[in-house]
Amino acid sequence: MFARKDKLFGFLLVLPSIIAVGIFVYGFIAWSVRVSFSDWKGLTPDYTFAGLRNYFNLFVDPRFHVDVRNTVIFTVVFVLGALAIGLSLAILLDQRLPGEAFFRSLFLFPMAISFIVTGVVWRWLMNPALSADRLSGFNLLFHNLGLDFLINQWHLTPNYGMAAIALPAIWQMSGYTMALYLGGLRAVPEELREAARVDGASEFQIYRRIILPLLWPVTLSAVIILGHISLKVFDLIIAVAGKQLPLDVPSIYMWQTTFDGLFYGRGASIGILLLISVAVLIIPYLYYSLRSEGEE
Amino acid sequence: MSNNSRISAFRQGRRYQARYLLLIPLILMTIFYLIPLYVMLVTGFKSFDEVSLQTMWNLPSGIHFDNYIEAFDKLKPHLWNSLIMVIPAAIISSIIGSINGFVLARWRFPGSKFVLPLLLFGMFIPYQSVIIPLAVFMKNIGLAGSIPGLVLVHVIYGIPITTLTFYGYYMTVPKELVEAAKIDGAGLIGTYWNIFLPVSAPAFVVVLIWQFTSAWNDFLFAVVLTGNKSWPVTVALQNMAGSQIIAWNVQMAGSLLAALPTLLVYIFLGRYFLRGLMAGSLKG
Repeated sequence: MFARKDKLFGFLLVLPSIIAVGIFVYGFIAWSVRVSFSDWKGLTPDYTFAGLRNYFNLFVDPRFHVDVRNTVIFTVVFVLGALAIGLSLAILLDQRLPGEAFFRSLFLFPMAISFIVTGVVWRWLMNPALSADRLSGFNLLFHNLGLDFLINQWHLTPNYGMAAIALPAIWQMSGYTMALYLGGLRAVPEELREAARVDGASEFQIYRRIILPLLWPVTLSAVIILGHISLKVFDLIIAVAGKQLPLDVPSIYMWQTTFDGLFYGRGASIGILLLISVAVLIIPYLYYSLRSEGEE
Repeated sequence: MSNNSRISAFRQGRRYQARYLLLIPLILMTIFYLIPLYVMLVTGFKSFDEVSLQTMWNLPSGIHFDNYIEAFDKLKPHLWNSLIMVIPAAIISSIIGSINGFVLARWRFPGSKFVLPLLLFGMFIPYQSVIIPLAVFMKNIGLAGSIPGLVLVHVIYGIPITTLTFYGYYMTVPKELVEAAKIDGAGLIGTYWNIFLPVSAPAFVVVLIWQFTSAWNDFLFAVVLTGNKSWPVTVALQNMAGSQIIAWNVQMAGSLLAALPTLLVYIFLGRYFLRGLMAGSLKG
């Protein structure tokens, strides 16, 4: 290995990064926890210990209940939608059709765009006006195509408006899900399919019985990645709908209560709850994937 | 396509023909993916007189630049802010990532096995859990509301993904090369400079594009850490869209302007972008 002087030098090269991540990620998380245990309101920091009061208040806070419900609706629609579209597209592209490279990059291009741009455009596509002379966006398109039964109020739909917010998110992330699945499909050995064909299995049976079960690990990764995005969803909602209580989520509540309302203690506790929910999803996954990598 | 599968596809004759029907759903999905782009483009090219929500699907009567000119006028300082923030952020991030990735890939120091998972987790954290201390800290060091402050934040929170991307790439450099260099008496710096850096171009491209896109598209850090003079384009566009005064057609044109840099990067360097996504396939 390298000489001792070199090792020391190498360590000094990575040290600033380790310190920076240590402070800005782990130090700041600890600092946030401390704020979340305080009553800090207003512009001057106040770390007077208040125990778990902020957390208890959130658990009985109707707004936070709305947030949790909205996150669940968004997560279910977004994750299932992106998985279904992503898997279907991947299977279609796996048939080695002409133009495959074109389709592949086309389905991925929304990934290059910010949630803000996507949200601003979809806000006009999902224009909720219902009266015949004011129809626009998708509603107008449905009307022109004779699909009037599809006309709806999108994100203003009572109780389930959150499901409409998931649509632009699906638009943005389903191509990425497709790429994950396509990677998985390409890793299935051709001999396996050949053997099944020789045994007289139909293409449908080959997918159903052989290929889909092999794709479970990909589905798991996709669920984790998409799921953690939906827990953090923030700018997309702001861009589509602004700050509206029926479409509130923890990240928006956190932002408003902290930087508009100056309730730093409460804001920090929402941030920490978000961190815990992401950690519950991510840590077992990281543990599992790092361990299996180590075994290779 | 392997010869085997070509033959079997041929044997299956009719099934092979029927496959082309599968292009129909693909084309339908293509239309779905292009709808937002279509609306952005046609609305942008309409003249002010022909803009109406009720005719938003119609093609423009000709090519007019009214909407783009007005949107550009409003967004110009913020597009500039984004540009001068994103370029240093992407370059500095890549250099740091390369050095870290090299050291971690080639040398196990005590405790280095904890560094990777801790970095990896740092990639996933919701930034809401650090944003209050971050805002206080930036204010205390006098960088709140400034572009250099935002560059610093993107560089630091970019360390995990850039380091891990280079780490993964450098792990594929053949051991024999490193051994050969050592026999030649090369030290740490020499090994990096003569062996690793010259083969790093693909990883640099991936990380540069990744950091460019994520810093350009960021909203949360920008909205908390910058003021209206230093807003990058995402925050300015969001404010433009939230105001009642600015017409939706100008918003559409503004959206295209805000998306254009990353779209161009994607169109011209898409292959590398895809590779970057796969390398960073863990990050959302």
